[in-house]
Amino acid sequence: MSYRSKTFKSNMITYGLVAVFYIICEAMLKSGHMSSLMQGLLVPLCYYMVLAVSLNLVVGISGELSLGHAGFMCIGAFTSAVFASTAGKGMGDVPELIIALIIGAAFAAVFGFLIGIPVLRLRGDYLAIVTLAFGEIIKNVINAIYLGVDSKGMHFSLKDVKSLKMEDGGQVIIKGAQGIGKLPRNATFTLGIILVFLTLFIVLNLVNSRQGRAIMAARDNRIAAESVGLSISRYKMTAFVISAALAGMAGVLYSHNLANLQATSKNFGYNQSILILVFVVLGGIGNMRGSLIAAFLLTLLPEKLRFLSNYRMLIYAVVLIAMMIVNSSPRIVAWRKVMAEKYFKRGRAGIDEPEAAAAAAAESAAAQTVEEAAEEERKED
Amino acid sequence: MAEMNERYLLDVDNISIAFGGLKAVDHFSVKIRKNELYGLIGPNGAGKTTVFNLLTGVYQPDAGSIILDGENITGRKTVEINHAGIARTFQNIRLFSNLSVLDNVKVGLHEHYKYSLAEGILHLFKYRPTENAMDERAMEILKVFELDGYADFRASQLPYGKQRKLEIARALATDPKLLLLDEPAAGMNPQETVELMDTIRFVRDRFDMTILLIEHDMRLVSGICDELTVLNFGQILCQGETKEVLNNPEVIKAYLGD
Repeated sequence: MSYRSKTFKSNMITYGLVAVFYIICEAMLKSGHMSSLMQGLLVPLCYYMVLAVSLNLVVGISGELSLGHAGFMCIGAFTSAVFASTAGKGMGDVPELIIALIIGAAFAAVFGFLIGIPVLRLRGDYLAIVTLAFGEIIKNVINAIYLGVDSKGMHFSLKDVKSLKMEDGGQVIIKGAQGIGKLPRNATFTLGIILVFLTLFIVLNLVNSRQGRAIMAARDNRIAAESVGLSISRYKMTAFVISAALAGMAGVLYSHNLANLQATSKNFGYNQSILILVFVVLGGIGNMRGSLIAAFLLTLLPEKLRFLSNYRMLIYAVVLIAMMIVNSSPRIVAWRKVMAEKYFKRGRAGIDEPEAAAAAAAESAAAQTVEEAAEEERKED
Repeated sequence: MAEMNERYLLDVDNISIAFGGLKAVDHFSVKIRKNELYGLIGPNGAGKTTVFNLLTGVYQPDAGSIILDGENITGRKTVEINHAGIARTFQNIRLFSNLSVLDNVKVGLHEHYKYSLAEGILHLFKYRPTENAMDERAMEILKVFELDGYADFRASQLPYGKQRKLEIARALATDPKLLLLDEPAAGMNPQETVELMDTIRFVRDRFDMTILLIEHDMRLVSGICDELTVLNFGQILCQGETKEVLNNPEVIKAYLGD
């Protein structure tokens, strides 16, 4: 089977999983088999999936560890909430949501670009630390913003409501740490699933394009990528901005699922960014389907474990460790391969065997080369 | 006078670079004709790879000029120099190890087969025809190096010798005027080296290529190079036709041992 048709098949499985998830949930909703707790989790599941896949674009495909993803979500949430409580009022749900999504994505993309300029000059740990700082800055600045609107237009302050100097009858939109109130709450599960599909479509297609190859080439070997004429900073920026825009869309979904929107450390802080990164790492770096599954399981788990009260985070931690081992330990990965071959490939062994044997031979040869290369590098040093 | 008027593909005039107090390359000059196979040899630490890094913009020379096909490329960045027409391989192989063999070559084709980011994300309009053309061209190049059977393998799965070949294939995909090979035979056994000599000659003829290579393996150098420059302690020790250079007593003393 050719490489391209393999990727195609794999992508179709990913889309299929989301479709199956949607159909099952809808069926449960329609037949009344879903608890109200689960119903409340449907939209969060969607925005976490979007966040996980979009962060995986930066971490897995572009190879940069970004710890400020919740910041872009925050920008999308607040810009779209401001729209919803001003110009968006009285519009139908569908046009309001579409425009809100465009606004949220656009603002997050602009901030992604501006933050990307300094951040993408850094590498590795330094990049991680600076993105973390920017994420916190965004959250804290938004926490201090007062925004009002009256007949003269917008009023802005970082102090308090009084210093907005508004006319009588003016409306205060953002009240500092109290955030934005009276939001429409019109996000639906279907909209969430559409966004998950859109995110997957953008990211999976990008990976299989000329630009995506350039992004991955810059990840694999910077020096070689430059030597074949790729402008590294341009493609790193492309990935970063697209990822920020998608996180902004997740933020729109988030803000349209609430009556009151506040920027707290719980929803847009450092912990949230780390949580998204946990989805990416446990789902497999660069593996979009894995990100979806990890986001699904790890969002559901703490809720399902509520009956254990204080012990639930303990179980959660154990599950994290178990997932990490199953996904990354070389021995377990090898064992999984053996098991998969035993149970899934028996039926068509005759066709697949030569290919598998060749791959195995190549793999052992590759392992040898890696060792040789490592040795060489040691000598060079 | 005839030689003065002759046009060279690469004309390097008196480039130097110093790292701190160390003159890594000192007044290095070389003129390479189109379609020539030129060798750069010298003992370890003589500054051969530094010359490559100067030619490809990894380092900027402190003095001197580099003219490629009539175009002054001194002081340009690596990316621009590749666009101007110089492609290279590396002493310690640098492939895009997680990409497939085919994709490695397609990255090399990047500048020559274009479509917009929107077309790339939507997979519309020029996407499919361009990708098909890229696949075809990449397979053609892989076939030259007998790598077409490995197109779907991950680059890191290839055995060592084939990785070296893939690096050359990727460099050629950028359609350069000049190809720089940094120790292409390093780590190869004698039989692989002989095969590689054939490949390099074939590349020159098939792609009408000009090649400058650094090499330790004397057999390879004497077998295929038209001309040689010997570098020692950053300076040119001897320059000229391969046979003359290899018989020069000073070269024998410095490089091949007493």
